[in-house]
Amino acid sequence: MSIIEETRIALLELFPELAAADVEASAQAEAEAQAKAEAEAEATMSEPDAATAEQEAQEPIPDDATKEQEAETTSAPEGAAPKTEAGAKDDEQEPEEEEPRQNGVLVSDYVKQGVHLDVLCDPDQVVDAAQILDQAEFFIEAITGVDWIKEDQLEVIYDYNRNDDQLCRVVVRTRIPRSEPVIPTISSIFPGADWHERETYDFFGIRFQGHSNLIRILLPEDADFYPLLKDFTP
Amino acid sequence: MTFPIQCSNDETFVLNLGPQHPATHGVLRVKLTMDGEYIAKAEPVLGYIHRMHEKMAEDQPLPQFMPNTARMDYLHALAYNHGYALVVERAAGIEVPERAEYIRVITVELNRISSHLLWWAAFLLDLGGFSPLLYAFDDREKIQDLLESVTGSRLTYCYMRFGGVYNDIDDDFITGTRDFIKRLRSRLPRYYHDLVTGNIIFIKRLKDIGFITPEICRKYGATGPVLRGSGIQFDIRKNEPYSVYPEFNFDVPVYNECDSLARYMVRMDEVEQSMRIIEQALDKLPDGPIKAKVPKILKPAAGDYYAAVEAARGCFGCRLVSDGGKNAYRLKLRSPTFSNLSLFGEVAEGMLLPDALAFMGSLDLVIPEIDR
Repeated sequence: MSIIEETRIALLELFPELAAADVEASAQAEAEAQAKAEAEAEATMSEPDAATAEQEAQEPIPDDATKEQEAETTSAPEGAAPKTEAGAKDDEQEPEEEEPRQNGVLVSDYVKQGVHLDVLCDPDQVVDAAQILDQAEFFIEAITGVDWIKEDQLEVIYDYNRNDDQLCRVVVRTRIPRSEPVIPTISSIFPGADWHERETYDFFGIRFQGHSNLIRILLPEDADFYPLLKDFTP
Repeated sequence: MTFPIQCSNDETFVLNLGPQHPATHGVLRVKLTMDGEYIAKAEPVLGYIHRMHEKMAEDQPLPQFMPNTARMDYLHALAYNHGYALVVERAAGIEVPERAEYIRVITVELNRISSHLLWWAAFLLDLGGFSPLLYAFDDREKIQDLLESVTGSRLTYCYMRFGGVYNDIDDDFITGTRDFIKRLRSRLPRYYHDLVTGNIIFIKRLKDIGFITPEICRKYGATGPVLRGSGIQFDIRKNEPYSVYPEFNFDVPVYNECDSLARYMVRMDEVEQSMRIIEQALDKLPDGPIKAKVPKILKPAAGDYYAAVEAARGCFGCRLVSDGGKNAYRLKLRSPTFSNLSLFGEVAEGMLLPDALAFMGSLDLVIPEIDR
């Protein structure tokens, strides 16, 4: 099992209902893959109606996606169900305004996005996500925010990466309301997150609850503005 | 070797190191709580040359931000050019011609050598040796002349374009680069290793000082020579190959000692590996265009894109969030030294002040890149 698939399954612990659906889906996919071993030409999805919206995002696309996945990752999962296409499409073609993305773990198209796994979770789940990724020996590469002023939300993005020879970039995102930008800290799990969280606080005013030293880091200590908010005017 | 000490609060005093101290290479301030000669607590204070590049990126079209990238890490500016070009090319789906990729690799590696040479010079200056600086600047000058001939500038390059590079390299550059490599190869053993690496005073200052365990590296997200000096073989050029790096034979130097000397050795070996890459790239340099056809006004599809490169100090990552407009909706610049410095507080605890300065030098700090 490749590291991407392993991490995906580990991260599905955050979403119990998706995990159950995933087990079913992968069993189904395996059965299908065996049945369709000869008839490769047929690449259409067989059961679009049975799945819920979330399950659809998780739904494997049998043939084309498998090939793509194999081309871009060094060790493609053999029996496991790759979910490249569904994830990439969900990210690119339907941005938030059309249909909000559901919580879950998507396998992104690495060539297009530059990440392997894309997790969307609730704000209080970022600590659990950090714990899972800490146990899987990931390191925190960066924490940042994005101001989605039209939707009145702030997005917090955590970038994780590995420093061994297995390549797997994980991005964990969550949305918090602009009026109440509060999110738990992960600096107790990754001490390196301390400065990144301070920087995010500095630029966006996002308050990391439980942070021991949440003060300005790059801006002057008496600054009373958050420059990366879209409604900031100098 | 660190010296764990018991300190009573009433006997400590606060010492400000910087923001103008020469050992901080720019304007970094470290608030040190001292117990005699030992550091009880070290707290770096950042932001003295913060320029808010990330906000500037939101206010101008994508190509206009390219010069800003060179002003982050001004010692390895081309890698930052490259990282930014990569993320925009990924977002806009631009293919780079092969010759341009080779030229990128050659110039980035030349720049990496010059960055390591300057670090070497400044590091020894920190330790009290003045003459190494003169040798290193002699060699570095040659690189700057070479890069000036193709990029037009000597330090803050703006050489990459989306889909290629700005200027082709000519025969003079190629022969000049070959001559330079020959010259540096002949000088490395004598002027660098015999003079400094084998020097007993130098070794005593660095060996077993500034011990960073692999676990601390992971918890703080350290990358680059700091990580490789702790025995972890991680180099974006190998682990997450980009550009044409997979076509070259090179090693990733790793030392297991985890001390300041190990980080020094990693960088010295990297100079040699960079020369190997340049030689192979010059041998294989293909003909062809140096720039892809790219629309004048670039509007990447809405989405979230990430690209990372191995700069001289570690992993430089760029996250571009596009809303389909010609400006970036959000550009996150992940600079390696920011993470590398964040472990300073934990590691410097209990160290002698002069050792902490040597340790800080071995982290290879570039302040404009931390402050952005």
